[in-house]
Amino acid sequence: MSDPSKEWPLWEVFVRGKGGLSHRHVGSVHAADGKMALEHARDTYTRRMEGVSLWVLPSAQIIASDPGDAAALFKPAEDKVYRHPTFYKIPDGIKHI
Amino acid sequence: MYTTDLSGKGKAETAAAEDPAMLATFEARVAADEFIEPKDWMPEAYRKTLIRQISQHAHSEIVGMLPEGNWITRAPNLRRKAILLAKVQDEGGHGLYLYCAAETLGVSRDEMTEALLSGKAKYSTIFNYPTLTWADIGAIGWLVDGAAIMNQVPLQRTSYGPYARAMVRICKEESFHQRQGYEIMMHLAAGTEAQKRMAQDALNRWWWPSLMMFGPPDDKSPNTEQSLRWRIKRDTNDELRQKFVDITVPQAEAIGLTVPDPALKWNEERGAYDFGDVDWEEFYAVVRGEGAVAKERMQARQKAWEDGAWVREAARVHAEKKAVGNRQLAVGAR
Ligand SMILES: [Fe+2]
Ligand SMILES: [Fe+2]
Repeated sequence: MSDPSKEWPLWEVFVRGKGGLSHRHVGSVHAADGKMALEHARDTYTRRMEGVSLWVLPSAQIIASDPGDAAALFKPAEDKVYRHPTFYKIPDGIKHI
Repeated sequence: MYTTDLSGKGKAETAAAEDPAMLATFEARVAADEFIEPKDWMPEAYRKTLIRQISQHAHSEIVGMLPEGNWITRAPNLRRKAILLAKVQDEGGHGLYLYCAAETLGVSRDEMTEALLSGKAKYSTIFNYPTLTWADIGAIGWLVDGAAIMNQVPLQRTSYGPYARAMVRICKEESFHQRQGYEIMMHLAAGTEAQKRMAQDALNRWWWPSLMMFGPPDDKSPNTEQSLRWRIKRDTNDELRQKFVDITVPQAEAIGLTVPDPALKWNEERGAYDFGDVDWEEFYAVVRGEGAVAKERMQARQKAWEDGAWVREAARVHAEKKAVGNRQLAVGAR
């Protein structure tokens, strides 16, 4: 039977599509260490020039918000429409604003 | 194929024991075409069905490297060899995208590998047929990848986010697979008499197994209804099979090949082809592991796993040692 402590750890892979864009999550790979994770990420996720730069980081290091907290975290923004420019009525004649 | 449960359980996982309120919210989200993400609440039956479906799909990609890998060293020229190598590598990549997606549901990579190697997990029946001639490589790209595309395109909108995203990547890569296969058939069909015979022979042998890839007829597919509702299957087996026949027959005709089905006939009224009955006895025999090269396929996977054991172990121990070394250096530097 498999021994989970002997499985190579999981790494999350982020690719910068081209200069000027931020790195974007594309998936994950198993690898013994960071150097190997980069090599695996290169072979798995960039076989067609999908990127110019790679990030990998141990999946276990990601701290994620709980979907159960989504309402508490994100709902308060819902009634603050005054944070958007369209909230303000400016007469048609006023230019460049 | 990928949405057909081949594990022989024959019984759908049911969501009977779930909290009714949670279940109702979940069903409503799925019905509204929302995506379910790894940390979201989901019924156990959904999780289990997806683990089985995604891992079966992943295994199919990995085992699917074998029939084509068989011809890499014998490709007729360098161009074909480079293409086939890239195609087989893509299939390996597809397997990896899918294993990752399944892992987000709480199953480990090693558990899935073990299930495959022990014969507990299934993979698409098509890969238990042998690749006898070079034309088989053409037929596989054209028909098998063609059928896979038909199956996978709707799965880009499947309800489980990581699965849908893996499908988007895969679909982007599949089109090249099908076109290179059709190109091989096109060249053979336009070649010498012997080459043309070879192409026709490959079509004769791969046609029916390709139709079987869509799984048993709808009335013999017990899980379909729940899987459609949960958006982990988006079209029925028979719908996809019909679509495949309708687009593939003209492609065969265009290069002068004949689809090996005497019952094949355009039905003006339906705007679709009528076609003969698939030999489902053969399909179930292959599912049971009686395919011509089923044993060979499993032996190849087992050998790869066992031969790689020392590499996995050495890399793991090396990484651990290096990590310990780095910690000691850090302590020493204080
Ligand atoms: Fe594939
Ligand atoms: Fe493919």
